[in-house]
Amino acid sequence: MTMWIAATALLSHWRRRPLQLGALLSGLALATALWSGVQAINAEARASYARAAAVLDQNGLAHLVSPNGRAIPQSAFVWLRRAGWKVSPVLEGEYRFGTTRLRVIGIDPLTMPAETQTVDLGNDEDLLSFITPPGTLVVSPETAEKIRGQTGLALRVSDRMLDGAAFIDIGLAQRLLRRDGELSRIVIAENQRPGLEPLGKLVPTLSVREPNAQTDVEHLTESLHLNLTAFGFLAFAVGLLIVYSTIGLAFEQRRPTFRTLRCLGVSLRRLAVLLLAELALFAVAAGAVGVAIGYLVASLLLPGVAATLEGLYGASVPGTLSLRPEWWVSGFAIALAGTLVSSAQSLMRLMRVPLLAAAQPQAWGRSSEKGRRLQVLAAAALLAFSGALLLWADGLQAGFGALGCLLLGAALLLPAVLSGFLTLMQRMSSRALVTWFWADARQQLPGLSLALMALLLALAANVGVGTMVSSFRLTFVGWLDQRLAAELYVAARNEGEADRLRAWLATKVESVLPISSVDAEIRGQPMQIFGVVDDPTYRKHWPLIVGMPNVWDRVASGEGVLVNEQFWRRERLRIGDRLDLASEWKATVVGVYSDYGNPKGQVMAGINALITHYPHVSRLRYGLRVPPDQVADLRSNLSDEFGLPAENILDQAALKEQSRRIFDRTFLVTGALNIFTLGVAALAMFSSLLTLSEMRLPQLAPVWATGVTRRDLALIELLRTLVLWLATFIAALPLGLALAWVLLAVVNVEAFGWRLPMYIFPYEWVRLGLVALAAAVVSVFIPLRRLAGLAPSELLKVFANER
Amino acid sequence: MSVRSIAIAFAVTTMASLSASQAAYQGFAGLGSAAEGFSVPQPGRPFRFPADHGPHPDFRIEWWYLTANLEAPDGTHYGAQWTLFRSALAPREATGWSSPQLWMGHAAVTTSEDHFVAERISRGGVGQAGVVAEPFSAWIDDWQMKGRATPGADQLAELSLTATADEFGYELRLSATGPLVPQGDKGYSLKSAKGQASYYYSQPFYAVSGSLSLPTGDIAVTGKAWLDREWSSQPLAEDQTGWDWFSLHLDTGEKLMGFRLRDEGEGFTSATWITADGRPDALPAGALKIVPVRTANVAGRQIPVSWNIQIPSRGFDVTTQPLNEQAWMSTSIPYWEGPIAFKGTVGGRGYLEMTGY
Repeated sequence: MTMWIAATALLSHWRRRPLQLGALLSGLALATALWSGVQAINAEARASYARAAAVLDQNGLAHLVSPNGRAIPQSAFVWLRRAGWKVSPVLEGEYRFGTTRLRVIGIDPLTMPAETQTVDLGNDEDLLSFITPPGTLVVSPETAEKIRGQTGLALRVSDRMLDGAAFIDIGLAQRLLRRDGELSRIVIAENQRPGLEPLGKLVPTLSVREPNAQTDVEHLTESLHLNLTAFGFLAFAVGLLIVYSTIGLAFEQRRPTFRTLRCLGVSLRRLAVLLLAELALFAVAAGAVGVAIGYLVASLLLPGVAATLEGLYGASVPGTLSLRPEWWVSGFAIALAGTLVSSAQSLMRLMRVPLLAAAQPQAWGRSSEKGRRLQVLAAAALLAFSGALLLWADGLQAGFGALGCLLLGAALLLPAVLSGFLTLMQRMSSRALVTWFWADARQQLPGLSLALMALLLALAANVGVGTMVSSFRLTFVGWLDQRLAAELYVAARNEGEADRLRAWLATKVESVLPISSVDAEIRGQPMQIFGVVDDPTYRKHWPLIVGMPNVWDRVASGEGVLVNEQFWRRERLRIGDRLDLASEWKATVVGVYSDYGNPKGQVMAGINALITHYPHVSRLRYGLRVPPDQVADLRSNLSDEFGLPAENILDQAALKEQSRRIFDRTFLVTGALNIFTLGVAALAMFSSLLTLSEMRLPQLAPVWATGVTRRDLALIELLRTLVLWLATFIAALPLGLALAWVLLAVVNVEAFGWRLPMYIFPYEWVRLGLVALAAAVVSVFIPLRRLAGLAPSELLKVFANER
Repeated sequence: MSVRSIAIAFAVTTMASLSASQAAYQGFAGLGSAAEGFSVPQPGRPFRFPADHGPHPDFRIEWWYLTANLEAPDGTHYGAQWTLFRSALAPREATGWSSPQLWMGHAAVTTSEDHFVAERISRGGVGQAGVVAEPFSAWIDDWQMKGRATPGADQLAELSLTATADEFGYELRLSATGPLVPQGDKGYSLKSAKGQASYYYSQPFYAVSGSLSLPTGDIAVTGKAWLDREWSSQPLAEDQTGWDWFSLHLDTGEKLMGFRLRDEGEGFTSATWITADGRPDALPAGALKIVPVRTANVAGRQIPVSWNIQIPSRGFDVTTQPLNEQAWMSTSIPYWEGPIAFKGTVGGRGYLEMTGY
């Protein structure tokens, strides 16, 4: 017999069961899609961090920085050059061109080490126009579009440039930023000749910051990417459950075919090769579809992720996806690997079965009592391990590890729990049909358990993440109300205007709260130090987590400072610890405040102390306390008097709205992934019910023979599905809450640095329950219709033909 | 963007005199030839020292160019070069990064086997590179030519000179044994029949001692050095493609500076005969005759490395040989610059510079 005929015989199975084929392919495609979609988003974001680091931060090179955050005098650069060091100056800052704020990076192209010159500044004449007045801005195409016509400077567009940033000449940067003779950092080229005087001797006030293997942004965003990966993996695992069950069924159903083929002389090896080839074919086909859908998913989600990253971490990620070959390859690889893993058990069984073993399909997937006990043991071990991780391990990975073990353990436990429940119900019922209903449900359980496990995971993830996001939102909104106490926020355009503004405001408002901050490095971390005035607003509203008595007096006097929660947790600070804030400024930590949505550590100090130690601190922004009914008047007076553009005056409501919008965008992706996961679970349910309905004739035929109509049989089937679904849903609630707790109390603390109270939202559960119910009903619909329309002869055949 | 391209920009805008090829020159002729608000050398302007040792920002280009013929105690010959070029994008000076002055340094050490080259580029105005007339100091990064003379004395009479690069370096002390020598017509040096000219004076009488740092180790050296100071705004005529330039220390104690600017015709030659006590005799145009004797393949080009130099009116007829015929300056603007020895009616050593090949 030729290979070809054998292959045709094997494949004919799928022709007879297109729905099964559909379930297999769509399960595989969906699993691949979610996995590769998430990978694509991660890859895009990581690539853009790497690009940002390479382009903007002269990544890979050490820098000289001022440890207290003060500007570096330009003379330090000249001094180092004249001592033979190959160094190059950089001055960075924010500058507004029209209405667009750009991060301007002033460089000296003549001394910038060649290895960092990733952006092409053009030919010789472009270069000359870069360094000579009026100067050139090197920007990305998008940024160029935004600021065209807003500046008299020449624009040079470079694809390698990042959005929102511009390279300009160092001299121009000093002029625009009004920082004549100042530098932010000094880049140290890689190859220095031997025998130079050490930097520590030449510039003792500066410190060397070694190149980081991981950029700040990468570090900050790690949690988000881990989060996405975890979701992608969850969806992938759920998808593989479908593949596993479908392949298992297809193998069982084809046993007669296998036997026949073997009897006709097809060797076991050849049969295995054929089956493998068949699986590989499916994997490649479904993988291609999956990668394509994944691309679609990623391009739909990426703008949201980009917005999140921008809002939460200030990381610039393009909203469009580029096709990366490594991503295609990994998509196919994961589809193939997933297929092989899911079919390994079936293939092994095929290899072991004796040639002439009975070709009768065993009730597929029916696990023995021993197997179930093993499963329970594994579940207990996983849950215990999860608990141990939560108790004794630290770090984000441990947090996610605990989550994974918790979910997997609970899923493994589910069949045993459901079986116990059904046994109990069976014992409690007395009517024959009812007893049969429960007993039959229990008999069906092994076949459905994989789908139910998938459903449990999807529901629990929804409940858990939903609870986390909602708790976060509630806390965040309450916190915003406290934090944004001033009625109006105003920003002057320069220091002169700020002086006039302060004088003018003195008589017009209840109090003026300066919002002044400097960037500094504290305990080796990039930090912000905020200066605050002594004002009842803070005493009344500022959200403190812990604090010494008289905390605000201590802050006002300059001896004490407040730190934000993330810095407090990260550094394991205690009240009373001392911090070095500047070269001659040590202060005591007197309190901790919550500061959601801020990736950086922050310190709040008395404004006078801040100005003493950082005389150059910008004093452009102010919060204004006015009676609410005067806000509109003050606003129009401000713009009349100072000609301030609208975007320089924000009222509380607008600011809150803006913050909420950022917040909501942040969890848009999570919500979308939740829905996808639920969809995959519904598909799993559907494919399992479908397979079961085909195998259940021997069980249903006797019941039909006793007089139960096909319609009633179908109703009973529906009822049974709903009971199982409801039981799973109820089981998912505590699991979801446990998940939420781990997210709030462990993962968030590690990832963001803040711990949130947990709130319960039963209304959301009802909504989720309804969505899941709809999914269950849809998934049971086709099998039921088939049952209801079954020809009586088919049922009779069960008795006539024992197969 | 690369340092290289800015150096090329540097070269093309202003250093037309050193431009490597006719094509490049013509391509940027608009930038290279017109004076564009820059001052133009005029005959009859006397030098004012020490001010003229310093920069002249209203002229487009300027250099401080030192070449030294050196000898180790074992009789091995070496050459050393230290050059600081100034190039102005606009005829003014300003402090800070807005200064339109660009600076470029070249340093080289030549042995019979090797030719080490290094280059530095910097912007003016911030102190990374510059020249101060008194007390004299010319520097770019850690390379420096520093006057050691007392105030009031000739600031170029005593110099210390340092340059260090990855592979090589040197520290030399220079003492002038003769006066500064104006070239051309009292310092007004014609560069073409069409009137292109520069201000040009030299200090050809340095006695040198110091040490070279080479990959093989440090070597103590002594010898003779020659400093050229020159500034202009349009040093070449449009049809001139490059030059061959000689500075010769004759065994008699006399010195000879001679050059030929090449064009499509005969070329333009000029020479100054300097007596042992430093009196210049500017020879009339055409008095100097130079003819290539032998060419060699250097950096993919045919370059005359041996020359016959004749000044019939002085009975001078010598043939030069390079210490190392591969003395190629692989800098942003590449050119040949290296020590030579000559024999004939008189012997001696000197330096040869050839551009535009």
